[in-house]
Amino acid sequence: MKMQTLYDKLWQSHVVHEESDDPEGMALLYIDRHLVHEVTSPQAFEGLKLAGRKPWRLNSILAVADHNVPTTGRDHGISDPVSRLQVETLDQNCEELGITEFRMNDRRQGIVHVIGPEQGATLPGMTVVCGDSHTSTHGAFACLAFGIGTSEVEHVLATQCLVAKKSKTMQIVVEGNLGHGITAKDVALAVVGRIGTAGGTGYAIEFAGSAIRGLSMEGRMTLCNMAIEAGARAGMVAVDDVTIEYLRGRPFAPKGDPWEKAVTYWRTLKSDEGASFGKVVQLDAVSIKPQVTWGTSPEMVTTVDGKVPDPTEIADAVKRHDMERALKYMALAPNTPISEIRPDKIFIGSCTNARIEDLRAAAEVVRGRRIAKSIKLAMVVPGSGLVKHQAEQEGLDRIFREAGFEWREPGCSMCLAMNDDRLEPGERCASTSNRNFEGRQGPAGRTHLVSPAMAAAAAVAGHFVDVREIY
Amino acid sequence: MAPLDRANVDTDAIIPKQFLKSIKRSGFGQNLFDEWRYLDHGEPGIDPATRKLNPEFVLNLPRYRDARILLARANFGCGSSREHAPWALQDYGFEVIIAPSFADIFFNNCFKIGLLPIVLDTSQVDQLFREVEATEGYRLLVNLEQQSATTPAGESFPFEIDPFRKHSLLNGLDEIGLTLQHADKIRAFEEKRRVEQPWLFG
Ligand code: SF4
Repeated sequence: MKMQTLYDKLWQSHVVHEESDDPEGMALLYIDRHLVHEVTSPQAFEGLKLAGRKPWRLNSILAVADHNVPTTGRDHGISDPVSRLQVETLDQNCEELGITEFRMNDRRQGIVHVIGPEQGATLPGMTVVCGDSHTSTHGAFACLAFGIGTSEVEHVLATQCLVAKKSKTMQIVVEGNLGHGITAKDVALAVVGRIGTAGGTGYAIEFAGSAIRGLSMEGRMTLCNMAIEAGARAGMVAVDDVTIEYLRGRPFAPKGDPWEKAVTYWRTLKSDEGASFGKVVQLDAVSIKPQVTWGTSPEMVTTVDGKVPDPTEIADAVKRHDMERALKYMALAPNTPISEIRPDKIFIGSCTNARIEDLRAAAEVVRGRRIAKSIKLAMVVPGSGLVKHQAEQEGLDRIFREAGFEWREPGCSMCLAMNDDRLEPGERCASTSNRNFEGRQGPAGRTHLVSPAMAAAAAVAGHFVDVREIY
Repeated sequence: MAPLDRANVDTDAIIPKQFLKSIKRSGFGQNLFDEWRYLDHGEPGIDPATRKLNPEFVLNLPRYRDARILLARANFGCGSSREHAPWALQDYGFEVIIAPSFADIFFNNCFKIGLLPIVLDTSQVDQLFREVEATEGYRLLVNLEQQSATTPAGESFPFEIDPFRKHSLLNGLDEIGLTLQHADKIRAFEEKRRVEQPWLFG
């Protein structure tokens, strides 16, 4: 039998029908789990209704409002009428159709990519889709998980299937031990820096190697989350004991006999020895340092001990031009040491870095310290109500508050600023989110992507600083 | 054809998030490239006629006003999965986007709404940028049936497209309807799955 990659296995086990004999052609793929949020679903529900169709399988769907929800004063509802309408539309659609939804004031509410795994609604071997590019996050559980557009949301609602094209496969191997204070976020940014934001276009990435096996599920999710920032629609990690232990006892996970049966199957979800990938990239874990982005694309990244690059040293005209534009937008001079960059705001949150482990890492840094005077606002936005609760049990909220951070309600928040949390024009932010695009965190706002520990360290120091010097 | 000379144009730039709050499918064209196209900041509900256009932005130059083809650089449409990005491009009046490469989800979304993304070699795209910028009223002829893009000088660039996608585009097929023709197959697949992996159906 031909050796298969994990991706091959996941793909093959979901093909319902092939549109042609061409193995590279389009296939009809069965979808096991459909996650839904308020921004990309209203037009899909409307389309479904207009065509007189019903959802194919209700218990495959889990819905939550996360992008538009406020992170303070929830008792008063949502003040922005446009945001409110979008959230209410989701509530209404779910109620009408009988879809399971965690509403804004449900303590299980949170960012869709945090609550799926947390609930065990994401399980190994599944196909998982959501109208959101960071659906790649769920691949940490050896699922085939990818983002889709609204037409496809409607398609999955109506048919439980998607017409899809098989990707090429890429393996990213990270061997060795990560240094103290180095996290999955640094690995993710180092990967994007290495292969570029289009490096993974057309590929599904499997992350492998001893450094990856050494990561917790939270870390693996952070890494797969940012596969899309490397251009890959899907990222994934093979099943091992860490995966299985994480899932044990989760509300949507199987129990008893089915659990045993499931585990036996899940253990087969890894690439066969000797399976060949379209492309292999290798990184040495020991050499990865804390990463900080300096530009307006996640690939514009360097290490904390580095400098803002100099466009005059770039030969390629298109690249040089992009770099100049980015530096102008970011108001940074070439050759500025990263450690001299001073953020105005600190955002710890998003589907990349708002899980319990992320909050613990940040709290560890700020414990017993105060944020610098120059910081206008530092906020922690837990990824879900349950993460928030757990953090409060551990006293993390107190550590943050005593240091001068605000402790907020869960949601996407300032990752993309669809609610009231945003940067003012010209403000600079150390953010644990995943995108530093122009205007992402607010019009004319400036974003530097970092790990939670690095964001916390910058909050305390008032400028970027190597977290390894603080620990 | 209008040339947008930037690489890695992301979906936040194509349609900023404040406009994603709409629950409708139309009307996004007026906010296409909002932060580049206007000098003031846009919010939903503001009448575009009252806003200040950025005279330097390429789509605002009179010679490109009625363009129906957008010429772009590598990795166009990277970032989020928002279909609002192709909706905005289409609503604005574009029917074809040409670039050396596209982000996967964006590329896929385009086909779903009948917008045609065409991949050409970087050198061909470079040539088109040179020609369109040099010649006012430059017109490229795109023929989907024959899979070719032809310059005014008669030079023709062939492009690839998946046969299923081509068929759907040319015939404007309802993809959901097509899939539902396989409903029996889907049901049979589902039943088998229910037996083998019952935990997926809890
Ligand atoms: S946290 Fe940010 S990246 Fe994640 S789903 Fe929300 S908006 Fe998207």
